Amino acid sequence: MMRHLLQRRWAAFALWLAGVAVCALVITRTTFTADLSAFLPQTPTPEQQVLLDQLTDGVVSRLILVGIEGADAATHAALSKRMAQQLRGDPAFVTVNNGEPVNTERDQAFLFGNRYLLSPAVTPERFSVAGLHAALNDTIEMLASPAGMMIKPLLPRDPTGEIVALFEQMNAGNRPRMNHGAWASRDGARALLLAQTRAAGADTDGQQQAMAQMQRAFDAAVKQHGAAAASAKLAMTGPGVFSVQSRQTIEREVTRLSIISTLIIVSLLLLVYRSFTALALGLLPVVSGALVGVVAVSLGFGLVHGLTLGFGTTLIGEAVDYSIYLFVQSRQANADKAGAARDWVTEFWPTIRLGVLTSIVGFASLLLSSFPGLAQLGLYSIAGLVTAALVTRFLLPLMLPKDFRIRDVSALGNRLAQVARRAPLLRWPLACVALAACVVIVQHRDTLWNAELSSLSPVSQADQAVDARLRADMGAPDVRYMIVVSGTAREAVLQSAESVARQLQPLVEQGVLTGFESPSRYLPSIATQRARQASLPADDMAQRLAQAVDGLPVRAAVFQPFLADVAAAKARAPLQRADLDHTSLALAVDSLLFQRGARWNAMLPLSAPASGFAIEAVHAIRTALAAAGQPNALFVDLKAESDQLYSGYLQQATWYSLGGLCGIVVLLLLSLRSPTQVARALLPLAAAVVTVVAILALSGHRLTILHLIGLLLIVAVGSNYALFFTGKGDAISPQTLTSLVFANLTTVSGFGLLGFSSVPVLQAIGTTVGPGAVLALVFAASFARRQSIAGK
Amino acid sequence: MNAVSPGTIFRRLLALLLPLVLACAAPAIAADWDLDRLMQSLAKTKEGRATFVEKKYLALLDRPVESSGELLYVAPDRLEKRTVKPKPESMLVEGDTLSIERGRQKHSVQMQEYPELAGFIDSIRGTLAGDRKALERSFRLKLEGQAERWTLNLWPTNAKLATNIHLVQITGSRDNVRSIEIIQTDGDRSVMTIEKVASR
Repeated sequence: MMRHLLQRRWAAFALWLAGVAVCALVITRTTFTADLSAFLPQTPTPEQQVLLDQLTDGVVSRLILVGIEGADAATHAALSKRMAQQLRGDPAFVTVNNGEPVNTERDQAFLFGNRYLLSPAVTPERFSVAGLHAALNDTIEMLASPAGMMIKPLLPRDPTGEIVALFEQMNAGNRPRMNHGAWASRDGARALLLAQTRAAGADTDGQQQAMAQMQRAFDAAVKQHGAAAASAKLAMTGPGVFSVQSRQTIEREVTRLSIISTLIIVSLLLLVYRSFTALALGLLPVVSGALVGVVAVSLGFGLVHGLTLGFGTTLIGEAVDYSIYLFVQSRQANADKAGAARDWVTEFWPTIRLGVLTSIVGFASLLLSSFPGLAQLGLYSIAGLVTAALVTRFLLPLMLPKDFRIRDVSALGNRLAQVARRAPLLRWPLACVALAACVVIVQHRDTLWNAELSSLSPVSQADQAVDARLRADMGAPDVRYMIVVSGTAREAVLQSAESVARQLQPLVEQGVLTGFESPSRYLPSIATQRARQASLPADDMAQRLAQAVDGLPVRAAVFQPFLADVAAAKARAPLQRADLDHTSLALAVDSLLFQRGARWNAMLPLSAPASGFAIEAVHAIRTALAAAGQPNALFVDLKAESDQLYSGYLQQATWYSLGGLCGIVVLLLLSLRSPTQVARALLPLAAAVVTVVAILALSGHRLTILHLIGLLLIVAVGSNYALFFTGKGDAISPQTLTSLVFANLTTVSGFGLLGFSSVPVLQAIGTTVGPGAVLALVFAASFARRQSIAGK
Repeated sequence: MNAVSPGTIFRRLLALLLPLVLACAAPAIAADWDLDRLMQSLAKTKEGRATFVEKKYLALLDRPVESSGELLYVAPDRLEKRTVKPKPESMLVEGDTLSIERGRQKHSVQMQEYPELAGFIDSIRGTLAGDRKALERSFRLKLEGQAERWTLNLWPTNAKLATNIHLVQITGSRDNVRSIEIIQTDGDRSVMTIEKVASR
């Protein structure tokens, strides 16, 4: 009999070890991430796809904004130039711009050389006799102006002023001011630099390397510059920088939280058990659960998000409860050694099983969420808890040494029972608290929820402030509004962009838009270029010009170079993308016109007036877009899109949470078979939930989707306590009470620690579930019937 | 009797005459029109309003192009040129910022980015402000004529400026600037005549 038991024990242990080995193997091949992917939808709408592209791969996602501050303006500029010089030779960066005239000459030569293909002013009317006369007259009048000195040398080649028109069109955007030959903030406190990385914004490793290169270049520049630069500091921001920073924060937090919560729980367990064997056995379900959880997420999602691991520390708190129940109960039943495990199985397993099932129903609502971060949490928790419960149920009783004893906790249990018996005295005061909480919630109903996706952003307030400051300095507000045109070919997309641009131009003139960008400005479609070439006169050009100068103080003979340029422009092949190489226009085109899979996309970012777009403006833009007749053109408001994405998640999570709640109620009804008892079990939980919400509202928190999940977890975890207090039959024993209190302490320390995290997502769950778990226990004890707690 | 030598007589005569000569000469020396005096009197003007007519003589054109409008100056560094003809246009220089408004187009640049422009504008602004130091940073100065009709010649010493501008010639009467002529290195020139508007 004894040998048989030993054999089973070793067989079970070997099986467990094999399982651990398989898990370890899967985990070594798992990809861990900590980027924004947790927040992005897996099946996006076309508008959301634009948002996704911008966040993960678009040129905007590859920009790093740099500020150099802390010394004097001349030093800042000198450092900026040194850094830029080094970074321009670095393959990690596509472009580095700090206002130095690096490409200016090449850009100007390109624009001038191709002015008749690029300028929207080139039309048949402009090259008629009357059109030429008017254009020449304008140019001569311009000679009288202060700018005249600059255009005078161009007059023989460009008497119609095409280059002036082109410059005016392209320099419409705000540029930072120059200070000592480099970009600087308006107040002169910082030098500014803008770099585009080769790595995509979603490539966090690549972004991290680029940031390191940037820092090295800065350090080297400071060293070269000497003492004056010693106080200079480097500030960086951008989507990629945010990814790197949040990954570092999440990694640091997850490591810290795991270590601290493990230490707390180990200390607690040692305090109760006074036995390392019991500690090791007690941690067995937790470790198994965590491993299986990671493996499940890895297999189910292809990668594991750092936040999921952070959340996993809370699993330690819940899974360790099961073994606590087992050990404390086994001590109680230890008088009859052989029967200890069996008694536990018959007496307590059903209650624990119900607790596990309620948790699973709660987490299942996360699993269905289209918010990938939540779905991962759900899968991780379900797999982890089921494993922990199964290990506790089937492996642990086998593993208990035959003379396994933990410290006698009945003395503590009796003291707890005395306290617990008095708990119902608190019934009415606590009921008042719950009622007051309801009042608070009603009062705060309008400001209770946070409706912005950014509320989940793992980026700290300080980093967001740096971002806002540098953006304001750069005169580069967030790209918020844009029109995106997609199609199967570059030429088709460019043509669509041109017809959209034709509709947008009147809006700029009316002041609805302050401006807009289009790739067709730098690379017109072949069709448009051919149309412009067709506008240029052929043989009779000289004749038309001779007529056009009539009445003007100028002789046609001056314009021989003009005739030659027009003839050359008419005969040449249209511009292709490759013709823009080595100019900064190439970057402009590539950032606005790009291929995704088989489709080409053109982006037309719109600049709004400082106050943003009013509803009428949005309406005018949509009308213009409809008039352009381009079915593949979409107007996208990135901020509205991201907030809508989030409110979609929130709405869905609300429904699923309610579904989870219903599931828990059904489960309780099935097992307790008494609506009264179910109501009795749920009442303290409801009271705990409203109290927590009221506390959060009063402390100025606005609830996010994660708080909602936290509330669901209070119900799922708290139902265990409520079940013990409302349990049928025997009154709750001092031993059970002890295990409940310890289980509660471990849960509270697991979740409570998250409350101190600087990652908002983890903090939200922590500040909700931590206090909620304590309140659930207190409410459950107070609302319990007096006779349900056994005395000595 | 002692004979009086002619030399002595001459010396005595001189001794008698000298104070007279000095007395006559003194006002002439005190009123001597030099650069510092010009600058001092110019610096007294804190605010000014004037109309202008500018003619540009360009080799490319058969006739000069003419523009006219109004000039506004507020010491020490605000200068506004409002052109009315042939096309409304406004140019404002304030501190280091140059803004040009023409039709719907509005441009604003930092002058330190355009040293040749900065030197040219400083020649006018420095003269109006009577800031000799500022002028001498970019130009070699020479004053000719009298207080009632003076001519200040500015030759660029800054190499960038000198590639475009040969000479800036400013004429005036006491603290009034009457004309500014800019002669470019290619022979083209512009002449701006200025008529002071009585201050309100």
